[in-house]
Amino acid sequence: MTNVLDVRDLNVSFALHDSEVHAVRNLDFSLHAGETLAVVGESGSGKSQSFLAIMGLLARNGRATGSAKMGEVELVGMAPEKLDKYRGKDIAMIFQDPMTSLNPSLRVRTQLSEVLVKHQGYDEKKALKESIEMLERVGIPAPERRAAAYPHELSGGMRQRVMIAMALLCRPKILIADEPTTALDVTVQAQMLDLFKELTTDFGTALVMITHNLGVVAGLADRMMVMYGGRAVETGAVDELFYDPRHPYTLGLLSSTPNPESRAQRLNPISGLPPSLEHLPPGCSFNPRCAFRFERCFEERPPLAPYGAGERRKACFYEGELLPEERSA
Amino acid sequence: MINYALRRVLSALPIMLIAITVCFVILRLAPGGPFDGERPLPPTVLQNVMAHYNLDKPLWEQYWIYLSGVLRGDLGPSMTSYDFSVSQLLAIGMPFTLMLGMTAFVFATAAGMLAGAVAAVYQNKWPDYLLVLAVMIGLIIPNFLMAALLQLAFGVHLKWLPAGGWPGFSIPHLILPVLVLSWPHAARISRLMRGSMIETLGTNYVRTARAKGLGSRLVLARHALKPALIPVVSYLGPGLSYLLTGSLVVENVFGLPGIGRYFVNAALNRDYGLVLGTTIFYVVLILILNLIVDLVYAWLDPKVRYR
Repeated sequence: MTNVLDVRDLNVSFALHDSEVHAVRNLDFSLHAGETLAVVGESGSGKSQSFLAIMGLLARNGRATGSAKMGEVELVGMAPEKLDKYRGKDIAMIFQDPMTSLNPSLRVRTQLSEVLVKHQGYDEKKALKESIEMLERVGIPAPERRAAAYPHELSGGMRQRVMIAMALLCRPKILIADEPTTALDVTVQAQMLDLFKELTTDFGTALVMITHNLGVVAGLADRMMVMYGGRAVETGAVDELFYDPRHPYTLGLLSSTPNPESRAQRLNPISGLPPSLEHLPPGCSFNPRCAFRFERCFEERPPLAPYGAGERRKACFYEGELLPEERSA
Repeated sequence: MINYALRRVLSALPIMLIAITVCFVILRLAPGGPFDGERPLPPTVLQNVMAHYNLDKPLWEQYWIYLSGVLRGDLGPSMTSYDFSVSQLLAIGMPFTLMLGMTAFVFATAAGMLAGAVAAVYQNKWPDYLLVLAVMIGLIIPNFLMAALLQLAFGVHLKWLPAGGWPGFSIPHLILPVLVLSWPHAARISRLMRGSMIETLGTNYVRTARAKGLGSRLVLARHALKPALIPVVSYLGPGLSYLLTGSLVVENVFGLPGIGRYFVNAALNRDYGLVLGTTIFYVVLILILNLIVDLVYAWLDPKVRYR
């Protein structure tokens, strides 16, 4: 299987007044062509920042080191002018809030066709024609009329469809979707996920779905990467992680998700709060909240090591099975 | 869009009326009158003069006479320049004042917007600090002092530019007045523009534009500039009135033949007709420019058009 993206030892830090916060540390992962990778974690786990770093979109005080290779192209540290040859063309990104992610003062058609003019060298007419086709493709009724509209004249779901159309105009190899359904109504969310599935399959685009909604992961993703405190703690096929989680945090996420099939009255939230990135505990970052911790967890940090056959990896010293019964102890 | 413009024009009429009324009343409340000179006029002469200008009638009747005159386009006689009507005096001074005001307004607005945008892009780097310095100078030093300082520096010591006067149209004579007039205006605009641009550059939609790989020039020019201009443009109306009030002083300091000269003298001499006429001129000017500003605003922010 070929990889469209290879990330090695990616670190993201932000300079504050007199200190530095490390949002992402030593992140290693690969994205296979055409697959869907879900990146899961709580707020502040570094899942968005890792991909903003790859896209060269960090805030002014942010800094990324390490490597993120798209084929032969090294994206980390690339000058913005050079990066602009790939952003929007080979690697595209969709953001969380469709209400604010489209420019309020430009018509939809301008915001779409400029991508084709820039990356494919089309003239305005051809770019507009193709933009309208893409709007139709993402399920927007009366696409010609909508193309002439301003974003505030469209509903939230419609705007997110426009964002999707915009990202897919150049048939990118990689599409990064940063919580694309969080701001939408539940009914619209489901339609949107179907749309993602359909389009990325048709275009052969590899999809990175950043989310904290495990329902989204189960319905959409092939593999998943669980992040905690700026590091990946477990990666592997979605089925494996769902039915046999090997990191206590993955287990915690799973058992704090509502499941209509189980009749349990109460959810099992993970106790405690996500760590402050400025004051991570020594050893394993998850140790204050972990039900399976032992001495070693406070002394050294578990590396993200291969586990079992295949591509599965986990960062945990605990070798036993994580049965739900044990967790309550 | 046309509807919107018409509505704006109609709403300007009551504002005119209010401005005229307030000005009329305030002038009459001020002590003294146009004919209270150091040497009092003989009572019979005074009576005749008062009757000539209708000043012996009750106030509401004077108001009515004046207002109906204005509606017919007659601003009445000047009470100190006996041979001229107010309209004639305004016609003499208006071209110059308009030219000076508009030159300064356009220059200040363009310079302020450009400087603010550059400072935002180079936030906390040297171009930004340079702007802060220029803004501070423009805001702290009042225009009459700034005018005198520049006259002294460029007119008297360096002799690069004329220190004042107006020998007929001449760009060198215009440079210092325009500079004095536009500096504070440009300073305020650039501060607004800088803040608004920094805010816009941090928005999600500018991030989207960057993610599309449009290149920094297109991101700035197409995606950031228009939304960033919205708060700046809404300031242009009030900003213009600051600038025009400044032009009264600047015209006097530089000895320029505009309306400002009449206005100051007229106010000191209680020349009711001329003060009112000048006020009406400025009100109309500000209303027209405000209307233009509002139309530009509607163009910048599509949401405004439908309200």
